[in-house]
Amino acid sequence: MNDKKVIWKRKPLIKNRLLRIGLILLISTYLLSVFLTTEIDWQRILEGIPRGKNFIFAFFPPDFITRSDEILAGIFESLWMTIVATIVGILISIPVSLGAAKNIAPKFVYFLSRGVITLSRSFQEVILAIFFVKLMGFGPFAGMVTLSLSTIGFFAKLLSEDIEDINKSQAEAIKSTGSSWFQWVNYGVQPQVMPRFIGLSLYRLDINFRESAVIGIVGGGGIGSTLNTAFDRYEFETAAAVLIVIISIVMIVEYTSSHLRKLIK
Amino acid sequence: MPIIKQKDYKTWKKFDRKRDLQNWLCWFLGTLIFSFCFGLISSKTIWFYVFDSHNEALDLLGRMFPPETNYFFTLIKPIWDTLNIATIGTTIGTLIAIPLAFLSANNTTPSKKFIRPLALFCIVSSRSINSVIWALLLVAVVGPGVLAGIIAIGLRSIGFCGKLLYEAIEEIDENQIEAIEATGANKAQIMTFGIVPQILPAFTSISIYRWDINIREATVVGLVGAGGIGIELDAQIGDLAWAKVSVILLTIVVAVVFSEWITAKIRKAII
Repeated sequence: MNDKKVIWKRKPLIKNRLLRIGLILLISTYLLSVFLTTEIDWQRILEGIPRGKNFIFAFFPPDFITRSDEILAGIFESLWMTIVATIVGILISIPVSLGAAKNIAPKFVYFLSRGVITLSRSFQEVILAIFFVKLMGFGPFAGMVTLSLSTIGFFAKLLSEDIEDINKSQAEAIKSTGSSWFQWVNYGVQPQVMPRFIGLSLYRLDINFRESAVIGIVGGGGIGSTLNTAFDRYEFETAAAVLIVIISIVMIVEYTSSHLRKLIK
Repeated sequence: MPIIKQKDYKTWKKFDRKRDLQNWLCWFLGTLIFSFCFGLISSKTIWFYVFDSHNEALDLLGRMFPPETNYFFTLIKPIWDTLNIATIGTTIGTLIAIPLAFLSANNTTPSKKFIRPLALFCIVSSRSINSVIWALLLVAVVGPGVLAGIIAIGLRSIGFCGKLLYEAIEEIDENQIEAIEATGANKAQIMTFGIVPQILPAFTSISIYRWDINIREATVVGLVGAGGIGIELDAQIGDLAWAKVSVILLTIVVAVVFSEWITAKIRKAII
């Protein structure tokens, strides 16, 4: 027996020693450069802490009553907006997602549809909302257009991936009966992607409601504008109430949508 | 799938009469709800502006082109800030999400009755408040700037990462834990040698995915004053300098496509 103890050590995460040290160096230089280039005004933060405390205490107790009409109106407007925008968005997404599936669309259409999807995904709802509010005026219509357009990027991307994964032999069987292109899509492709389609629609409904709370801040109507008004009037109790309402509705929508999705599966 | 007999020939239909009626009813109700909602929206819309919007759009596009390309160089610092907001925010968010995920996963939570609902509540409330609203709150507390953006993005990421992570923890293989337990390992050792290796792949892919989303989110927190390229966007829209706005928008598209490309590369390299 030799005297050296045999000690087990856990294998390092990255085997290559050079790569490991290189990564650590890279990350630390990045962090250092972030630290050096970011101006953080500690004075302002120190001042801000008591102010923040007051600010947070101003939220209590949440006041549901004084502005209950406005809160209710805001919620309903958000709900209408969400429903219409989700339906319109999905209706537009269907042709786009067919176009963005490699196994269906010709090259030219494929790149066009992918371009549409990338463009819709790059801009946050808020940025789109700023422009649509400018083009179409304040109110829920601009919000609805924004939500519909951002639905396309999400929905068409995920649906087209599902279309690309379909069982080819089923689709071919339909084609071999001499079906037209529309019949082929309707009977060969559509039944295969339907479960995913319903799941995605419910999921998007949930997301759109959440986003409708934000686009109101830039003038897109809905519960967001109620929230914004409450902030502008320094009525933080009302703002707290609005936030609580948003959280609880999102919770309800999320539970029901995830429950429904499980049921459908 | 029924075959329906007409007088002298058989024909195939996709659904029988009952399913047909059900489908029709669903479509009818759906259309009814849709038109009802749309009616409510249109009652609050000034249609004159909507019908006029194409003129407005053409006018806007005319002002946006040609983009003022020189302006790009002043954007480099805001882009760097945006990148930092996304990266540091994601890091903070995932770091806080890890303990929360362990507290809210069914198989690792210390108490199902008390701590789990509390942790779940934290996760859900972080998810349901958008990062712009978080930023709005934080700008009032810590002042406008990059720090508010970082914290906003971090807080928003907690819910997303926490939710996906605790689902991953709930799906781990119990046998491996039992094997570690059988060697006489204590709780902390079970954690590091039994659970962590199993969720590490999920953890990396979740954080990369969130980083990709956060690049997008970081472009807008600036609109309420929380740093990054959004501040420039807000300022230039306020100045009606549309030739500069188009440069910003192009930059955002490039940044987003770039981040998507990078995350796809990293994901391929790791998994």
